[in-house]
Amino acid sequence: MLRALEMATTDALREAVIRLPPDVKRAIERAAAAETNPVAKGELANIARNIAAAEELGVPLCQDTGVPVVYLTLPPSIPLTENLYDAVAEGVRRATANIPLRPNVVDPLTRHNTNDNTGDGMPAIHVKPGERLTVTVLPKGAGAENVSRIAMLLPSEKDGIERFVVETVLLAGGKSCPPVVLGVGIGGTFDGAATLAKEALLQSIDHMDPLEQKLCNAVNCLGIGPMGMGGDTTALAVKVKTAACHTASLPVAVNVQCWACRRATKEVVW
Amino acid sequence: MTMKLRTPLGDEVLRLHAGDRVELSGTVYTARDEAHLRMKKEGVPFDPKGAAIYHCGPVVQNNRILAAGPTTSARMNKLSGFLLDLGVRALIGKGGMGRDVREQLRNRAVYLAFTGGCAALAASHMMLRGFFFKDLGMAEAVWVIELDSLPLVVGIDAQGNDIFETVRACANREFQRYRIPKG
Repeated sequence: MLRALEMATTDALREAVIRLPPDVKRAIERAAAAETNPVAKGELANIARNIAAAEELGVPLCQDTGVPVVYLTLPPSIPLTENLYDAVAEGVRRATANIPLRPNVVDPLTRHNTNDNTGDGMPAIHVKPGERLTVTVLPKGAGAENVSRIAMLLPSEKDGIERFVVETVLLAGGKSCPPVVLGVGIGGTFDGAATLAKEALLQSIDHMDPLEQKLCNAVNCLGIGPMGMGGDTTALAVKVKTAACHTASLPVAVNVQCWACRRATKEVVW
Repeated sequence: MTMKLRTPLGDEVLRLHAGDRVELSGTVYTARDEAHLRMKKEGVPFDPKGAAIYHCGPVVQNNRILAAGPTTSARMNKLSGFLLDLGVRALIGKGGMGRDVREQLRNRAVYLAFTGGCAALAASHMMLRGFFFKDLGMAEAVWVIELDSLPLVVGIDAQGNDIFETVRACANREFQRYRIPKG
């Protein structure tokens, strides 16, 4: 089982960094068809050509192959042991050497690079109970991660949520490789809101609920456009996840994701 | 119309305008934060006159460039002046650069934007020719790359026009509607 988990981790990373999920490709196609700004049209055409080139050549679509963020679902029959974490880390090492992935993981203070994309607490592994053993990877690049933000808003100022989301995209400008996908976590605790925001990025972007659509429209009014060079499409989608919170708190986290919204899930079979 | 450029670059870059599409061929040198710091301290290991610097940390395997999209240029805002003083004519990256760089480019050089994340597309226009500072690691080393018609947009021209700044100003105006009234 451990060996199968290791292989599934490598396979999921390979798929994620080479092929975008179908819902993300559809969103980019819709944006390209609707775009009216000529520079933005050119940028979206480059993105479409890049997606095709990566699939054709079997190479990562972006050189920032991210840090490995991993979500496991664990069936009742499998105990949660250190071995599971080790197997996922081994899968990351193998992926780094074979795909290959750029070695991005360093010590936060010495900046020493382990050259295999593992380190203390990395891969970042999140475990939840489930029906089957599955591994989901979300390779997270730095450009968009670096402009992500969290705020503890006043519970009496719910309008502040939209303002904070739009302000986050405004401050990011072109640095986050727009058109972006925004994962928004509302509620929970300080750390919990950030966790929700990242989990929101795991959801399909084919559909948005009324709140998500409202936030997405508000962001697109900024006109930042692909790569910050202007245009109609600044965000492809906004996804929201909520959790209950303290009556005196309103935590809001925005996890910014570049257009290369990479994610892949593999069921572990053994 | 797309203008074709080839390195070493000269005064032809002064005639470009922000928003123009260009195709660049010839040699470019990748450099990120660490390579800039090293070159500032120990000198530039290639002829900087007419050169193009690419803000990029590629994925390289068996002397082949597999993926080489641009990195965020703003990280090099305080590290680019000395290169322009030495005769570098083009900085290539994503996201634009600061006001200081815009002034440093004036009447000398341009900032060219390549679509962020388009690493496979970039690699399909590239041949690896060599490297410097390999001890800095794959992402931070200087890679010498030959380009074949890489499609770029002029982000900041030599007259001080900055497409990123124009867009940012519009976005800031749009954001005014969220201003919280005082009092």
